[in-house]
Amino acid sequence: MASTEFKESVDKALKNANLTGALGRFSEAYAVARKNAYAGIDFEQLRGRVAAIKGYAAEHMDELAEQFTKAATARGAKVFRANSPQQVKEYIANLCREKGVKRIVKSKSMATEEIHLNDHLIKQGIQVNETDLGEWIIQLAGQTPSHMVMPAIHMTRDEVADLFSKEIDERLSNDIPKLVKVARKELRTKFLQADMGITGGNMAIAETGTIALVTNEGNARLTTTLPKIHVAVVGLEKLVPNWADAAPILVALPKSATSQQLTSYVSLITGPTPNDDGSMKEMHIILMDNKRSEMAADPIFKQALQCIRCASCLNVCPVYRLVGGHVFGKVYTGGIGTILTAWFDELKRSEEIQSLCIQCGNCKQVCPGQIDIPALILEIRRRLTQEQGQGVVQKTIFSVVNNRKIFHGMLRAASKVQGLVAKDGFIRHLPMFLSELSEFRSLPAIADKPFRDVFDTIQQPVLQKKIAFYGGCLIDFAYPEMGVKLVKILNKAGYNVTFPKDQTCCGAPARYNGAYEVAADNATDNIKALLSEEVDYVVSACPTCTCALKHEFIEVYESVGRRDMLPKARRLATKTVDFSTLVKQLVDEGKLSFKEGQSLGTITYHDSCHLKRTLHAENEPRELLTQAGYQIEEMFECDMCCGMGGSYSLKFPEISKPILTRKLGNIKASGAQTVAMDCPGCVMQIKGGFDKDGARVNVKHTVELLADQLK
Amino acid sequence: MFDLFKAKAEAVSAEVHRFATKSEGLAFIKETFRTEGIADEPKKYAVWTDCPILEGVDKDEMAKEFPGLKFNVTRDLAEQSHIGVTQMQWGLANTGTVAQNSTAAAERLASSLSWIHVAIVGTANILPDMPALLETVHPKDCAYLALITGPSRTADIERVLTIGVHGPERLIIVCIDDLGGAN
Repeated sequence: MASTEFKESVDKALKNANLTGALGRFSEAYAVARKNAYAGIDFEQLRGRVAAIKGYAAEHMDELAEQFTKAATARGAKVFRANSPQQVKEYIANLCREKGVKRIVKSKSMATEEIHLNDHLIKQGIQVNETDLGEWIIQLAGQTPSHMVMPAIHMTRDEVADLFSKEIDERLSNDIPKLVKVARKELRTKFLQADMGITGGNMAIAETGTIALVTNEGNARLTTTLPKIHVAVVGLEKLVPNWADAAPILVALPKSATSQQLTSYVSLITGPTPNDDGSMKEMHIILMDNKRSEMAADPIFKQALQCIRCASCLNVCPVYRLVGGHVFGKVYTGGIGTILTAWFDELKRSEEIQSLCIQCGNCKQVCPGQIDIPALILEIRRRLTQEQGQGVVQKTIFSVVNNRKIFHGMLRAASKVQGLVAKDGFIRHLPMFLSELSEFRSLPAIADKPFRDVFDTIQQPVLQKKIAFYGGCLIDFAYPEMGVKLVKILNKAGYNVTFPKDQTCCGAPARYNGAYEVAADNATDNIKALLSEEVDYVVSACPTCTCALKHEFIEVYESVGRRDMLPKARRLATKTVDFSTLVKQLVDEGKLSFKEGQSLGTITYHDSCHLKRTLHAENEPRELLTQAGYQIEEMFECDMCCGMGGSYSLKFPEISKPILTRKLGNIKASGAQTVAMDCPGCVMQIKGGFDKDGARVNVKHTVELLADQLK
Repeated sequence: MFDLFKAKAEAVSAEVHRFATKSEGLAFIKETFRTEGIADEPKKYAVWTDCPILEGVDKDEMAKEFPGLKFNVTRDLAEQSHIGVTQMQWGLANTGTVAQNSTAAAERLASSLSWIHVAIVGTANILPDMPALLETVHPKDCAYLALITGPSRTADIERVLTIGVHGPERLIIVCIDDLGGAN
């Protein structure tokens, strides 16, 4: 559970209209600009190469560090391998003492942010100036970067004008080009006076001993040209094997980071170069470990070393764009920042920030290093739970979820007592401490009769082929009508539908909360139920459940070491399919066809996170709806999360709400009167949102829209 | 290849000019000196690093014509210059980039401290893309490989794009057809 202090920082960020406005506008623009930047490029192929290069490097870190050291040393650089932050700081401080360095200019470097190098040097009486405009601004403000690529994105021009005015002791207006000129003038003097230049390194090429620096402002060029000593602080994960490996990374990094084809300046520096007085520059390269080799040795987390620090995971994150990097991260921010914080800092420090991840999968989709960021965040959650145990409340909840009879009994009981609060199928106001949950969206009432009881009243035709229907809690207990429609469609296609009664919660809530043992027990109960009879398919109309059945049971068993269950989990996985993919297939096979000449009006389609990004079904529902006779008018950000995220919306209603509000706005702006989607969770969120909002938009599961349109 | 290079370079605010001969290119650069008011006083200098295009050119004569033009590039002169002229070895068509072996300090001083960077490149030396460049140049011959794509820029304040931060505000690329092959 998040601490009060953390909750307060979230609230404060959410109320900061400037922050959420700036990040919101940026992330909207970024999505479009990124698409343009990658136009004509096979992104999957490119990131496959980047991931292969970086993955290889992570597995051969020691070897490459040695090779790099040898190559760079042969070219006249001094290479120092530092294990701890302290060693890096001492090395540089000693060097300053030895060479009489009084003034340092720095080009942007996250590695030095990571170890708080500036503080250390300033304490030694050395003047340290950041020269990247964003970094200089936050240095003057005494803050940490809130974004890995745009450190001062959270600040307004007025705040910058105030900071600069104070710095040069002259009242400045908030005119941005003028402020930039002030920075140029002030920092030019510092460049010319500096005794040492410190940079990071976007890559360290082992074969040649080269450091690559990628910037837009030109400050890295001045930092490496004017002072006579150049120190590059480079994390070990920046190593790549060969000279030619630089190309794919230089192609991907600017496009993913700032949607540029290439940044203004790329410098590939191999050993010292002459100074302008003819002497040779002194070049020191510090290869910093700080738990990176430990990370490389971890079978699950080693993939995080494939990160090229483009920060695209931040730019597409629906939560980051609301709360920003001073809440969502420590030094490194957002999705990847959560993972790096857990390692470079400590697991405990990531406890609260990891809970901000809504698991929508946007970041995984855009990561040029092919890192499964949401999965690694879940792994952090699992390890934290393992280390600290579950909270009492959660323990109680999961012990209930883990016992189908009690769990379902409670849901049935709830349907009886909710009469007090439910009206027209919605729970509009929850009493007392639960009120926050229904403040921004109405919750569905629990059905009088769950689907499992309704199913018994449906006469099943005697057919050879069989499909098992996995209902999932929401269809079973809140939206049984969706299940009825699904059965109708499958019967029409010539399948007998079974509903194994022992099926229970898919385990997603437990898994998303790090309770893998509970999730594994859920998996076992479901496998037993669903494989009890020979069927052609197991179908679910809930993408989260489908993912659980198809992928996560396997992962959970692997994670808790229940290898004996893997064959059965794999058998279930091959049979499992989501509703739209199955129906599309049945239509293609000629087993189902739509009424002809239907013109059913305009609808818009909301992509559910798991359906699009895990199950990769985005065309299927659209094609089915179009074939049925609907005309689809796409909404802006159709594949952005609606803020549901399972129990997330209960843990962080204050974040879930603005995500939903944005979604409702985009749906309304499409002009369609109906919005379709394939997830009952999204239906619950969006339907509830519109109920509170008052807009007359129909919210339907695709199954509901298709059932009556079939021949 | 040139057309793509020009389109991409202009898309990032570089100015691209193409000339058939060296003398036309030189005439254009001199015209730029005139337009920009190059003079023998701080902030008005032009610095020009020694490069192949200057072979056979009477530099003394040119310096007489433009009293602020300096061929001996020092840190102070570069810092006080309005224009820096350097010759680049390569261009990259698909990003509109110019690339140079900048190992000599003068090359970096002239191209990073001046307000306007005039970059000369042989049209024949425009390569298709980054992989092609990395196949062409190897660090064993080049301690400091500099790739320049458009003028210096930042968007660090409220994401507003501003040109000319620490580096040049203008990048003028002079492509010359008869400059010869790889140089």
